[in-house]
Amino acid sequence: MTAEIAPPDGSDDAQSVGIVQTQFVRLFEPPSILTLESGFQLGPINVAFETYGELSADRDNAIFVCHALTGDAHVAGKHSADSRKSGWWDGLVGPGRALDTSKYFIICANVLGGCQGTTGPSCPHPETGQPYGLRFPFITVGDIVEVHVALVKKLGIDKLLAIVGGSLGGMQVLDWVARYPDMIRSAVCLASAGKLSAQGIAFNAVGRRAITTDPQFQNGDYYGLDPSKYGEVGPRAGLALARMVAHITYLSEASIERKFGRDLQHSDHLAYDLHSETEFKIESYLHYQGKRFIERFDANSYLYLTRAMDYFDLAQRYGSLRNALGQTEARFLITSYHSDWLFPSSQSREIVSALLETHRHVTYLELESVFGHDSFLLEIQQLEELVTPLLRETYRRYRKTH
Amino acid sequence: MRGYNPLDPTAALTGIAKQMQRCFRSRYNPLDPTAALTDRLIIDQIGRSSRVIDLGCGDGRLLCRLRDELGCSVQGVELDHREVIEAISKGMPVIQSDLDRGLKEIPEQSFDFAVLSQTLQQVRHPQELLNEMLRIARRAVILVPNYGHWWIRVQILLHGRTPITGSLPYDWYNTPNLHFLSMIDFRELCERMKFKIIHEIPIIRGSAARNAWAANVRADNALYVLEHA
Repeated sequence: MTAEIAPPDGSDDAQSVGIVQTQFVRLFEPPSILTLESGFQLGPINVAFETYGELSADRDNAIFVCHALTGDAHVAGKHSADSRKSGWWDGLVGPGRALDTSKYFIICANVLGGCQGTTGPSCPHPETGQPYGLRFPFITVGDIVEVHVALVKKLGIDKLLAIVGGSLGGMQVLDWVARYPDMIRSAVCLASAGKLSAQGIAFNAVGRRAITTDPQFQNGDYYGLDPSKYGEVGPRAGLALARMVAHITYLSEASIERKFGRDLQHSDHLAYDLHSETEFKIESYLHYQGKRFIERFDANSYLYLTRAMDYFDLAQRYGSLRNALGQTEARFLITSYHSDWLFPSSQSREIVSALLETHRHVTYLELESVFGHDSFLLEIQQLEELVTPLLRETYRRYRKTH
Repeated sequence: MRGYNPLDPTAALTGIAKQMQRCFRSRYNPLDPTAALTDRLIIDQIGRSSRVIDLGCGDGRLLCRLRDELGCSVQGVELDHREVIEAISKGMPVIQSDLDRGLKEIPEQSFDFAVLSQTLQQVRHPQELLNEMLRIARRAVILVPNYGHWWIRVQILLHGRTPITGSLPYDWYNTPNLHFLSMIDFRELCERMKFKIIHEIPIIRGSAARNAWAANVRADNALYVLEHA
């Protein structure tokens, strides 16, 4: 398996993976379609994924990256020489970086129910040819993992050197370990939890309400002639509002204060005008985030994926966290962030306790950062210091004993 | 600097004390927690294949030996970020945590041994930490300096000041050592807390000296293995 990597001179950064392409594969073709946790059946399922680095002859150097709620398969590199933006975790993936593409084979796939290439509500229903909309079956974090697993197997890989993810990605990591304890050698779970907190459900509820009460929502059937252009139609205002609320939960009081304070956007003076909706810099920033989000995300996917998060509760599904996590020999790296109030450290500590109780190999750090929940995406160097030795040591030990 | 002081006329004996210090430079040796000897003493207390947690594990060196030599299943706890990364680099599982803030995330009786080497005198609440150790583990292995050692007594007597030695190179205001205990003190605390002392090993000039005569005067350190009575 080779990655779609441009020659080094194609990049201005020696540690970048360079130009990459999203690949597609069709899985769960009838009759072997996927039975979802809800009991519904779904297939075929298209999966969008990217890979970086080369799979070793022994197929023992593969690392799967699980993206968070609104991420995609494009973790690193650029899609073309003139792309302005690199992948969402570019600083972590590349030659010489923590997920070192000169040593490891990195895979990332868009999640089931998403809108960045993998089958989701904006895709055509195989029988009608019309977009699924709300006829798309209910999905869970477990279903997302099942599709990832099928992709990994399709790539000819039986065991993963590591699975890595933050937030919803971290939930996938934990669920994966619970479902396939023998498939994983190390699990990196960042700013995540064994269940979504009531507070998390509360914010998701507000986001969904913003979407479903938008008159343009039309019960999910808002797609135009080209459903892939979901950004141009549908509950744009509702989705933007959902994103604005959610975005606040990804920040911290300190980071907002530091970045924006009470600064005004357009003037040095208060306008005394209620029509001015972007008077403070923080308002303007949130509006901008909302606007950018609707260009790239489908409102129906937002409904499905936030619901999948709400339903995630490992202890409830497996009887206890101990039962869920106690079956694996994988080494765990768990991190939480001091300023993260959406996935507070207490939730990571619950996971750590369950791992200690079942005598698993666990490393845990509560890291300092002002960036709140988003810290795991932003504090690359802090993460690299931990992930690099963990992977090196896990790989070395594994190769020695096999 | 330390001449005649009306507050304490014996401080004039400083000159004599300095002479003695030169003669007995190596007389008082609190064990370096990073020394191989310290590790050996602790390893001898731990059973093969047991489950061990090292509180204040540093770079994980002791845990590495316990895993490789005794086939133990190990876990470290360390506050210093650099040391945590060193431990990860050795393949050791480690939780970054401040012992002063308790061990709440560690479940009851999840270990056979909890090790605390040259740290008890540095934590804010030694009693709470001892209780925590025997909550999370069946046995506690504790190495402490013995401030009952004769050289320290001589220093205090002659200088009337907090002793400063080559191995205790701190001033009273910047020492990490918050508590000064002797073997008698530690025994008394164990009795009060209803801990059973399974082993008490005085360490005299770097060697284990079980049943040593006048241990509280002669031992630089002491190693204890405790259980709930």
